[in-house]
Amino acid sequence: MSSKSPFILMSLALFLVLAIILATGMGFLAIAPLEVIQVVWAKVRGIGIAADINPTFPFVIMEVRLPRILAAAFVGGGLAVAGAVFQAILLNPLADPYTLGVSSGAAFGASLALVLGILGITVPLFFSVPLFAFLGAMTTLIVVFALAAPDGRLSSNTLILSGVIVAAILSAGIGFIKYLADEQVGVIIFWLMGSFVGKTWSDVTLTAIFVFPGLLLTLYFARDLNIMALGGRTADTLGVDSRKVKKILLVCASLMTAICVSVSGIIGFVGLIIPHLLRLVLGPDNRLLIPACFFGGAILLLTADTITRAWLPTELPIGVLTSLIGGPFFCYIFRKKQLGQR
Amino acid sequence: MAVAKNNIHTDPLFAISKGCFAYRANNVLQDIDLDLVPGQFYGLIGPNGSGKTTLLDLLTATRPLQSGQIIFQGKALADYAKKELATKIALVPQQFSMGFDFTVSDLVLMGRYPYIPRFSNPSQRDLDLVDEAMQVMQVHTLRHRLITDLSGGEKQRVVVARALAQDTEVLVLDEATSNLDIHHTIEIMHVIRKLVREQGRTVIAAIHDLNLAAAFCDQVIVLKEGRIFTTGPVGEALTVDLIAEVFQVQAEVQAATLNHSPRIHYTLS
Repeated sequence: MSSKSPFILMSLALFLVLAIILATGMGFLAIAPLEVIQVVWAKVRGIGIAADINPTFPFVIMEVRLPRILAAAFVGGGLAVAGAVFQAILLNPLADPYTLGVSSGAAFGASLALVLGILGITVPLFFSVPLFAFLGAMTTLIVVFALAAPDGRLSSNTLILSGVIVAAILSAGIGFIKYLADEQVGVIIFWLMGSFVGKTWSDVTLTAIFVFPGLLLTLYFARDLNIMALGGRTADTLGVDSRKVKKILLVCASLMTAICVSVSGIIGFVGLIIPHLLRLVLGPDNRLLIPACFFGGAILLLTADTITRAWLPTELPIGVLTSLIGGPFFCYIFRKKQLGQR
Repeated sequence: MAVAKNNIHTDPLFAISKGCFAYRANNVLQDIDLDLVPGQFYGLIGPNGSGKTTLLDLLTATRPLQSGQIIFQGKALADYAKKELATKIALVPQQFSMGFDFTVSDLVLMGRYPYIPRFSNPSQRDLDLVDEAMQVMQVHTLRHRLITDLSGGEKQRVVVARALAQDTEVLVLDEATSNLDIHHTIEIMHVIRKLVREQGRTVIAAIHDLNLAAAFCDQVIVLKEGRIFTTGPVGEALTVDLIAEVFQVQAEVQAATLNHSPRIHYTLS
């Protein structure tokens, strides 16, 4: 890890804080960055708000914008870290958090909860959609692992193939559910495209509970991930228990992905683009790359969400926006890299 | 047990007794009895599928033995902690594909992993050993290059340097040179040969090319269909009969002289 690493991470963290403050001020009701800081500072310390600040600002900031912005940042960070882990473990720079079919499982669970509502079968919990999505993601993970289990080394090919098979079955299932939903299929489609509309502090807490421990665990094993880039056999002779590290981190990254998808729907490309891009800039050392991915993913998704919320005339589903920006950008990187290799 | 008879009176480094390993109901290795002594260059030869790689996996403890046991330096191999073993045995694999663009010096530094505590920076000794390993393998001029930009020969020299940086008594080579041209092959084999002669390290190398084995190894271990066919000094073990029986190839063996190792000429008919 080079001596520049702490500086890079500090800069990224600072940039994220700035982005959060700026984004909180943007929207239908414009609030100056300084006022945002004043309000948040007063709330944190539990003192009264200065008299010269518009009395509706505290509510807008604390109850409407900040939860949504933090949810977007944590989901973005979580997806990017999960993406970096999947790429490192599967030894494939094109893997993403959805490679093992976790997103399809979540989508299936969420669609099921939605269609039950549409068909008039009342599901008691008001958060049934995220709960079903999470259960769907977990079940998928278990099935994929069971399929891949006979391969003791859990090789990338086996894992990717198992993920593809399970995801294919699940998308057929989702298709059937959409058919059942009939004319109200729009509800399902909208959820699948992802959104941060109406996110509350409980969503933020839920995401943080999974994303931060996940990030710490991943950082703990970051050095082992570097060694595993040499291949499982060489890593084993260097004293890394590569099978154990693989299992722990695959479960950890999948849990992070599952909670992100449950909270916000399926948001593509963050988990692919951010680790890929940062690896091009910062190099492949996971000890720097993984924390940098957290900040990078948070900044990207928060920016994208702010664009749909504050700039666009109608709110575009964020999953569509990230894919529309990310797709062409990815083509550009891919093309440039291919040309560079010649 | 042939090795022990050849005027070597050291305690064995590895002692395998009744070693068996099966994979998906196939017996890959059966009844392996083998003593390996320190300070020797062992060539592991045998046809494809004879179990060479599996035997190396057992010696590096990356696969567990299914029955029998392996004693390494007086203690069961299975009882060593992974990290401890990593300071004693290093592996140079044949195939090396790296999807991530680490620099050459970063990659060689990975050989120091078992010595550097988590969250610590490498010590001066670690950096010195990395430097030395890069000098020996002549890759120090490439130190800032990306591993993904190197040619096959350069890449394999870096991989050997990585194993040398691990600073182990035992070096295990799994057809480490079989993807290289003859120039790079001989270069690497010379370095390895020197490590054995000058520093008393032990090398166990799976080698396809019998002439290469004859030129560089002290001893050969011949595997056939998962069993040890024979073991012994290169000059005695590599005979016309053995080559005919193990490899199903007619050959002439030109005996070793003072200046030359034995040479094998294949009869192509």
